[in-house]
Amino acid sequence: MFGEFEAFLSILTFVPALGALVIATFRFTARNEDQGLIDRNSRWVAWLATMVTLGMSILLLANFDTKATGFQFVHEVTWLEQIGLGYRMGVDGLSVLFVVLTAFLMPICIMASGAIKNRVADYMIAFLLLETLVIGVFCALDLVLFYIFFEGGLIPMFIIIGVWGGQNRVYAAFKFFLYTLLGSVLMLVAMIVMFLQAGTTDVTVLLETEFARNAQMWMWLAFFASFAVKMPMWPVHTWLPDAHVQAPTAGSVILAGVLLKLGGYGFLRFSLPMFPEASAYFAPMVFVLSIIAIIYTSLVAFRQTDIKKLIAYSSVAHMGFVTMGLFAMNETGVQGALYQMISHGFISGALFLCVGVIYDRMHTREIAFYGGLVHRMPVFAAIFGLFAMANVGLPGTSGFVGEIMTMVGAFQVSWWIATGAAVGVILSAMYMLTVYRDVVFGEMTNPKLENITDLNRMEWLIFIPLVIGTLVLGVFSTLITDVTATAVNHLISNYDAALAASAQ
Amino acid sequence: MTADMLSQDLSLLIPELVLAGGAMALLMLGVFLKGEKTSVLIQWLTIGLLVAAGLAALFLVSGEGTAFNGSFIFDSLARFSKTAIALVAAIAMLLAMPYLKAENLGKIEYPVLVALAVTGMVMMVSANDLIAMYMGIELQSLALYVLAAFNRDSLRASEAGLKYFVLGALSSGLLLYGASLVYGFAGSTGFADIALAVESGSNVGLTVGLVFVICGLAFKVSAAPFHMWTPDVYEGAPTPVTAFFATAPKFAAIVLLARVLMEPFGSVVDQWRDVIWMIAVLSMGVGAFGALTQQNIKRLMAYSSIGNMGYALVAVAAASQTGLWALLVFMSLYMVGVIGSFAGILSMRTREGMVEQVSDLAGLAQRNPGLGWSMTALMFSIGGLPFMVGFFGKFFVVYAAVQADLMILAVLAVLFSVVGAAYYLRIVKVIWFDSSDIEFVPAAVSTYWVARIAGLATILLLPALGWLVFRAYSVGLSL
Repeated sequence: MFGEFEAFLSILTFVPALGALVIATFRFTARNEDQGLIDRNSRWVAWLATMVTLGMSILLLANFDTKATGFQFVHEVTWLEQIGLGYRMGVDGLSVLFVVLTAFLMPICIMASGAIKNRVADYMIAFLLLETLVIGVFCALDLVLFYIFFEGGLIPMFIIIGVWGGQNRVYAAFKFFLYTLLGSVLMLVAMIVMFLQAGTTDVTVLLETEFARNAQMWMWLAFFASFAVKMPMWPVHTWLPDAHVQAPTAGSVILAGVLLKLGGYGFLRFSLPMFPEASAYFAPMVFVLSIIAIIYTSLVAFRQTDIKKLIAYSSVAHMGFVTMGLFAMNETGVQGALYQMISHGFISGALFLCVGVIYDRMHTREIAFYGGLVHRMPVFAAIFGLFAMANVGLPGTSGFVGEIMTMVGAFQVSWWIATGAAVGVILSAMYMLTVYRDVVFGEMTNPKLENITDLNRMEWLIFIPLVIGTLVLGVFSTLITDVTATAVNHLISNYDAALAASAQ
Repeated sequence: MTADMLSQDLSLLIPELVLAGGAMALLMLGVFLKGEKTSVLIQWLTIGLLVAAGLAALFLVSGEGTAFNGSFIFDSLARFSKTAIALVAAIAMLLAMPYLKAENLGKIEYPVLVALAVTGMVMMVSANDLIAMYMGIELQSLALYVLAAFNRDSLRASEAGLKYFVLGALSSGLLLYGASLVYGFAGSTGFADIALAVESGSNVGLTVGLVFVICGLAFKVSAAPFHMWTPDVYEGAPTPVTAFFATAPKFAAIVLLARVLMEPFGSVVDQWRDVIWMIAVLSMGVGAFGALTQQNIKRLMAYSSIGNMGYALVAVAAASQTGLWALLVFMSLYMVGVIGSFAGILSMRTREGMVEQVSDLAGLAQRNPGLGWSMTALMFSIGGLPFMVGFFGKFFVVYAAVQADLMILAVLAVLFSVVGAAYYLRIVKVIWFDSSDIEFVPAAVSTYWVARIAGLATILLLPALGWLVFRAYSVGLSL
């Protein structure tokens, strides 16, 4: 029904920005004594804008043709046509779920920002801009447009971490920004090379373009520099724990839930289909880095004393499963990687929200500070327990499906890789169960915890959709795989064809 | 020369005639009219004059061609540059008015000198002859020396003016020496004749002359290693003068440099490309690393301008049509960022007077959200970060470099942009993350709006970018 309505995707993308514009207009024109009023109302404007986006993204998914290859809801506007740049938006099976995931997490983030009391209007503007930019990344069908959205997201995130973050927020914000920017500028040069060779930045054309083997190698490495940092892969993951620990709760949710998926999406959209030979050539390196990430960062996570840092390292480990599945380049592996990314969006987001719940009450994230929370917060204990288990990959939760599929995919390439990943699963159970025991079980020895209260109504509202999502996706896995199947098959058959052609 | 030919020649010179004639008339007006209001009137008339000259260049000059035996050229490059220079100078003049009033500098000479400097600049971008080139440069420079020291009671301003003058004279000397060598070996001062001489076989004399000319012009665009004067002059000169320095003269000088290199010496690209390559890399490096620790925001803007001139030189080094339009787009977008930032800097006035430390911006996003957001957008735009419009300036420059197979230069350019991002981020950090109880007095209406409109323009120009690129693109094709 929206097939004819071309601008649907663009409107979906820019609705949050429009919300930001509304808040900004009032923020900049109001007198100083009215700023408190604007702060209060900005929450509602932001919530409304994100809910409209969520509604539109559900419509998008409902009208998405899962059988068709190629891009849908394409919207093109001529822009800089003299030199071949254009504004092109569209989604396919690889990207549509990420749009929904982003739109799903954003209202939750807005609701979870109750603890933000100062400069609320600015905070909401930054979040809404971030939503537009992130959705834009997944919809952009033009290299330069992609880059703009991809890098533009750094700006609101920099401000979110730096203004509303913890003690060491300035360092974390700078590290986050410069680290990821450094990775990405090399990708920009590679994009220009692609642009010059293909004569256009249209992704649909570039997907058909064959690049020379030697050029593929260099461009793959340049794109890898960007996506590996975003992912983040070992050893360029060090910005992530800092950023996560310092970011406010909602910032961590969006960082883990959505921003970490940009790297994996980039591999799927660019590296694998456009540089197949280079991808095959470098795949062993990616496997090694993935296994190191899974095992090493799991061990690092085990030694953390800060809950948020522990979850951050656990995120790096889980992203290792994603890169492993992607570069296995068979249907199970890539499907599993996509599944793992979506499911990690729910689980890690929920885990950061769990940390946020106790942080808002006690203002510390030290594991040693807590203990015996189950006596005072039974509901919290149950929910935290569910997501801890989902993070471990317990069957029945969405975490299990992603991990098992990526491992099966990797097993088809080499059983060594799958074995390494399986060790990681055990390690994840080790650190997750330990932190759960230390925080939730045991005697409540810390007297400061005596008056801690269980979840309030707003927190209930925040967790319910995440709980449902995690459980439903843990059982009805076809909800995701049906959407992605056509696109993944298309991707893999093209990839195999390109490799076969080059082998001759 | 018949009257017919003369009128034909003069029709190409309408912007110059408007400016030069207008400046003289305003000077007379200022001498004969007495009273406080005269200088304000002349300031407004100067703005009108600059806008008129810009619009005249854009719309009124119908034909394109050369005048006065080929020593003056009006082509699409000149049209684009003249419009941009005159309009940005008008905005700089607008920004200067409240400052001059507050600091009791409202003498009639200021607007007249600005008009004369702009006359020199519009001559520079039309120069098609070594002598015309030198005349344009000197007219511009002499007016700028005086402007730098305009606040003559201020020790720093006088120092800035003197420094600028001495070093400017040195660079003019280098330029003249180079020009005389070129003339001696080519046998003509006209660019067209030099081009013929260069094509027919280069020789050492021409090459040495070219190097001296490049050195002289590199000084004018404040490219490293000829950048030493920039931080001191930017810091010492009155702030609106700095705003003027950072925009229009830079545009004129870089366009002149591009024209000299690409027209008379276009056939010996191999000889000068390495020189420009080195200067570009040095400028980007000096700009990026030099700005990291600056405490004074005007000094910081000086290093930022050195760095950004490095990017402009990357486009020149590409030595192609793409390079030319990339240069024009880059410079136009950069000037939007710079003039907006200086409007922001001119808003930094407390009850005690102007402040210009980076730390004085602390907490601006909270104290004055409109200005805080604008400055943030402008800093990101000058830094060339997406999604601000300034990103496209740098993007096209790097694109031109890659197209010209200057891969190492392109990679260095993007890497230096990361270092550069660090100091723009530092300003954003001060604006957003720090807090202080400094209270700025409300800025003048014009300053207020220039800062905000420029801040908005960093995003709102994105859809209009097609138009700008189209204009610049047609310039690139016509050469």
